[in-house]
Order: sequence, then C-alpha cells, then structure tokens
Amino acid sequence: MYKYDDYDHRIIRDRVNQFQDQTNRYFAGELSEEEFLPLRLQNGLYVQRLAPMLRICIPYGMLSSTQLRRLAKVTRDYDKGYAHFTTRQNLQLNWPTVEDAPKILAELAEVEMHAVQTSGNCIRNTTTDQYAGVTQEELVDPRPYCEIIRQWSTFHPEFAFLPRKFKIAVNSCPDTDRAAIHVHDIGLQIITDESGKLGYKVLVGGGLGRTPMIGSVIREFLPEHDLLTYLEAILRVYNRYGRRDNKYKARIKILVKAMTPEGFAEKVEAEWEHLKDGPTKLTDVEIARIKSHFVDPDYQALDNQPSELATPLAENKYFSNWYHRNVVPHKKPGYAIVNLTLKKLGVPPGNVTDSQIEQLANLADEYSFGELRVTHEQNVVLGDVEQSRLFELWEKIKPLGFATPNLGTLTDIICCPGGDYCSLANAKSIPVAEALQAKFDDLDYVYDLGELDLNISGCMNACGHHHVGNIGVLGVDKKGEEWYQISVGGASGQDASIGQILGPSFAREQMPDVIEKILQVYVDKRNGEELFIDTFRRIGLTPFKERVYA
Amino acid sequence: MPSLILDGQIFEDQWVYLEKAEAADQQQVPEGKVVVPLATWLAQKDSLSSRADIGVWLDSDEEPEALADHISELALIAVNFPKFADGRGYSIARLIRERHSYQGELRAMGDVLLDQLFYMKRCGFNSFALRPDRSAEKALAGLTTFTEVYQAGTDQPLPLFRRRA
Ligand code: SF4
Repeated sequence: MYKYDDYDHRIIRDRVNQFQDQTNRYFAGELSEEEFLPLRLQNGLYVQRLAPMLRICIPYGMLSSTQLRRLAKVTRDYDKGYAHFTTRQNLQLNWPTVEDAPKILAELAEVEMHAVQTSGNCIRNTTTDQYAGVTQEELVDPRPYCEIIRQWSTFHPEFAFLPRKFKIAVNSCPDTDRAAIHVHDIGLQIITDESGKLGYKVLVGGGLGRTPMIGSVIREFLPEHDLLTYLEAILRVYNRYGRRDNKYKARIKILVKAMTPEGFAEKVEAEWEHLKDGPTKLTDVEIARIKSHFVDPDYQALDNQPSELATPLAENKYFSNWYHRNVVPHKKPGYAIVNLTLKKLGVPPGNVTDSQIEQLANLADEYSFGELRVTHEQNVVLGDVEQSRLFELWEKIKPLGFATPNLGTLTDIICCPGGDYCSLANAKSIPVAEALQAKFDDLDYVYDLGELDLNISGCMNACGHHHVGNIGVLGVDKKGEEWYQISVGGASGQDASIGQILGPSFAREQMPDVIEKILQVYVDKRNGEELFIDTFRRIGLTPFKERVYA
Repeated sequence: MPSLILDGQIFEDQWVYLEKAEAADQQQVPEGKVVVPLATWLAQKDSLSSRADIGVWLDSDEEPEALADHISELALIAVNFPKFADGRGYSIARLIRERHSYQGELRAMGDVLLDQLFYMKRCGFNSFALRPDRSAEKALAGLTTFTEVYQAGTDQPLPLFRRRA
C-alpha cells in the first residue's frame, strides 16, 4: 500500500487546518451557506435528509488494519456506531455534526486518510479493480497508476470548480472489467502496444445518472509516461467547454456527444500538443517510486489445493458452496482471494457496525498481511489468504455475518442509501433490497440462477448503478408517492450495456412478485447453464414485458 | 475605493471597469486607467493600443487566443468570475500565462472570495479585485493555505514528483 512521506502528510494536514478555519468562519457568519457549500462538499461533507453525512475516501479501495481501527473509533465517537460502504469504494458516516467534521478529518489524517474531493464538482476518488495486484487476470498492477492520479488530482488548482463531478476508473485486466471503466467520465484500460510498451487506451464520456452512456475511445494507445499530461488536456477541454447552464447536462458525456467523440478527441490532442513534453510528463524515477509501494508481500512457496482445503471441500457442502461462490483464484499458488459479503438478510447492503469494522481489521491482520479492499458491490475482500486456512477463516466469519455465500448472485444486491438517508431520493431503496432478500432466501434457487446483478438506486443520480444491473430498479416519484421503475438487460464489465426500461412502474409491495416473474421468464427460456444476461440478449425484452404486464 | 491585492500587498483599486457594450466599436473609453471588455478592445485596438493605461477583461466564456498578437503590450488583463463556482477562469489564466507567455498583471475580478485565492494564484493570477464585502487582510492568508503542492503550476513550475528528495 502507498505510505505517506512528509510531503503527503504536510499537504493533508494543511487541508485539515484550512477546513477547520473555513468551518469556524461559517459558524461566525463570515461564509454564507452558498459559499460554504462547495468547500464542505470538497471535504466530503453533505447535508442530508436527517443529518450531515461525511464521505471518507478509500483511495482505489485499499485499507490497512490500522486505518480500519481508526474508522471504527471515529464511527463510535462521532456517529451512531455504524457506517456505510458505497458503490464508489468510499465509506460514509451518516450522523456526524458539521462542527465535528474537522476533528474527524484530523483523526483520519493521522492514519493517512482524508475525505478530499469525495463530493463536489471536482475530480473524485479514482477507482479500480478490487482484485488489483492479486488477480492472475491482470496485465500489471493498476494501483500505482491510481496513486499517481490521486496525487495529481488532489487540490489540482485548475480543476476544483468543474461543471460537474468527475470520475476516473482504471482497469488492467484484458478480459474482464470490475472497475466499470465504460461508465466513467474517463476510463483507462492499461494495455501494451505491438512492441510490448505499456500504455493506456483512453475512454471518455461514459456515465450513469439521468442520461446513461457508454464511454467512447478517444485514443487507442497513450504511452505510460503521458498519463497526467493527457488527463490534464481532457480536463482542460471539459473545464472550458462543458455546459454550466444546466446541471443535468453538465457531465462530460454530454459535451463528448455534442462535439462527437472524434471532435472531442481532436480538441484534446491539440491541447495535449502543448502539454505533452512539459514538466508534468511522468518520469521513470516517479513511476518506480510509486511502484515500490505496491510490491508483493512476503508470500511463501505453497501448493494449490492443500489437503487442509481439499478435505473440507469434499466433506462440507456449505463450505464448498461458499468456496465456489465467494473465493477467487490468486496469482500465487497456495493463496486465494476471499470476498466477505456484507449482504446478510436484514442488514442494509454495505452497512457495518464499529465492532464489525474492528473484526475486519483483525481478520486482515490474521489472514491477509493487514490489508483489505472494499468493492463496488459493497463487499470487502481479503486479498492474500493462504488456501490452507480458508476453512478456518470460513468458520470464523460465519457467526460474524460475513460468509453469506451469495457473491455475484441475485441477493448480492447493490443498493444506494436511498430515501432512508439521502435527501435527493425519490424513494427508499433499502426496504426493497430487504424485501427481495427475504423473498429469495432459498440459496439453492439463487445458485441455480447463477450470476445475476440486481442494482437499486433511489433516484436518477444512480448511485446504485441501476442502469448496468441485469435487473435495475429505480425509485421514481409519482405525485408524491414512491414507485419503482424496472429495467432489464444492463451489464457492467467489458461488454457493458445499459438496461432497457420494462414499462410502467410499480408500488413497493409489488416488487418481489414482479422480480419473481422476470426470473421465471429467464428460467423458462434459458438454454442449459446460460446466464441471465445472455438469455436476455438472445430473447429481448418482449417476453419479460408480456409476463410482467399480463 | 475597493481593495486590491497585488503581488501579496494590499492597495486601493485605481482602475475603472467598463461593462460590456452592445456596440463595442462605439463604446466610449474615458481617460485614465480603464479596463475594457475584450470585444471593445478588439473593435478599437488601433486607437487603444497606443495607450499605456488600458487593461482588458475577459469573461469566463471568452477565448484568450483572441488577445494573442498583442498580449505583451497590455498593462493589465483581468478575468471575470461571474460566480465563484464558475471554474473556467482558472484554465483561462493558465493559458494566458503558459501558452501566451504573458508577463504583466493578471487579475481575478467578479465573485472573488477568500477560499479560492490559493488556486487562483497557482493558475497565474497575481492580482485580485476582491468582492467588496471581503476583507483584504484576511484574504492575504488565503494565498498561503498550503505549504506544499503536488502539481506544477504557474507559481511552481515543477510538480512535486520532480522535486521530492
Ligand atoms: S441514487 Fe439518489 S437516492 Fe440513491 S444515494 Fe444517490 S442521490 Fe441518493
């Protein structure tokens, strides 16, 4: 993991002092509500329906056990003892006070954490694959590039007041994309060219929200060292020409569409000509320095499938279910990547208590070199577990509620905080997730359905990524009442697509039955082991429509 | 007189700012230190460019490229922030300094508050016409909020990664 040096510490400390001063001036009446707003947003502080909300940054999803323990303390001391993992690899506190926010940030700064630019019209936390650095599927570890982008984007003087928020994601797996780069403002795919040189394919203008769009490739190959100058060129074109008259048309995707991807690319290239050989061009020394923070831990020479794993796998069906669903192959023999699910029945997706956070810290220390990752699916990952200890780990996490073997299935629902917490919501989302988890509690049925993403957002802002769920649920407001619109056929990953709206929306009580009907169509029409998304792509929307609105 | 911060010191602002006119070519430009809108300057540059007390201001949707040929002759360029949250002026300032190599006074005008000054300075502004209800004394502190920065800027030509010891 990246370790701060004196420079990094100094910059984050200066920020805490600055925000303390701004908060003081706000309470002294020297800063108006409107002036304070972007300042607090860029420090992660929203004011929500019930209370302020603090969104803490987890850079590209990595956390150390020390940081987890501090998060548990902060959750206990300044909040009601629980926190919420978001779909953007951040952690939200739901009940801090505005007065306490600078103090919380000071405590976080001590463990190299912050809430910088987790909100507001600026460059947000750069996200990547939750299996970065440990999966066999990747070309190189993408995290050093994310850290390079983090430092460049932190307090970038030119881009603090963009037309709208701006999100960058990095993927390094050729065949799979857990970072969802096709639906980000900028998506970077790390690749090599014919000569084997490292670089990036650059996508721009993807996004969810009101106008969902898949990003366009504006450059097939950008050499490794040109990362920051090229980002700077893109951001400058966006900052100057992105729309500012209508916040629903202010994201870069609208600009790219208006200029056409080719036209946008031309502008960027022209700007980049002036920047590419400037001082912001990356150096070998810097790339090596950042990479040195992401070297492999002290792996032992181990074999795959040791008897400590093979025996319980053969003997214990429940363990074997969990293993097949929640454990992923690791790049090193004898190790495994383990998903701890935070989607237990009766608990809002992504919610964790302070003592659960401490348990996670202990598990990270005991099983995974003291590190842990958070995922877009609102789960957490232990990246480096010895296969011989998987059974022991499973027994330990079962009573903690982290072993629900539903990863990637229907009941592993992605869900935004919705109307229970969020002032922008049209409708509640958590009760829908809970009702669905209760309805589909038969694990054999859920397994049989196979991989299936069900995503719920409480409004058009799409924090629950409903557009790219195989089944998407969106809260809508109909004359002051909460209704739900369903879309089918969305997908994230390398073959991302936006779901199609099924038809008129439903009341909350109807939702479990409607989803059941959709699943029945799939089960009836599926060929063999075909996945939901493939069946949908084969048969289209009509059969689903006919059954649901029959 | 409203206050002005120039190169880290407080002054009274001696300049008069002309608003945009319907017919830029006919706008009356008085004697003395006057900052004229870009369109007026472009329309009247033959007569105005002989004066040493003329400045030009750009709005946030205007192109600094328009000044390119005469930029070095100008005593003052100002960039307007119609609202403090309109961030186009930051890019415009960098272009004026870095692309067009302007060495003279570059001033932020309009909705200029305290908490944006550090970023403005980093993008090349050395002069700030504060919104009249803001204290210039307090604003000075805003110019030194951070003691270190990651990126290259007009104030610091090398990014931190080229300076890390
Ligand atoms: S999708 Fe809407 S309701 Fe849900 S968290 Fe985002 S803004 Fe709030």
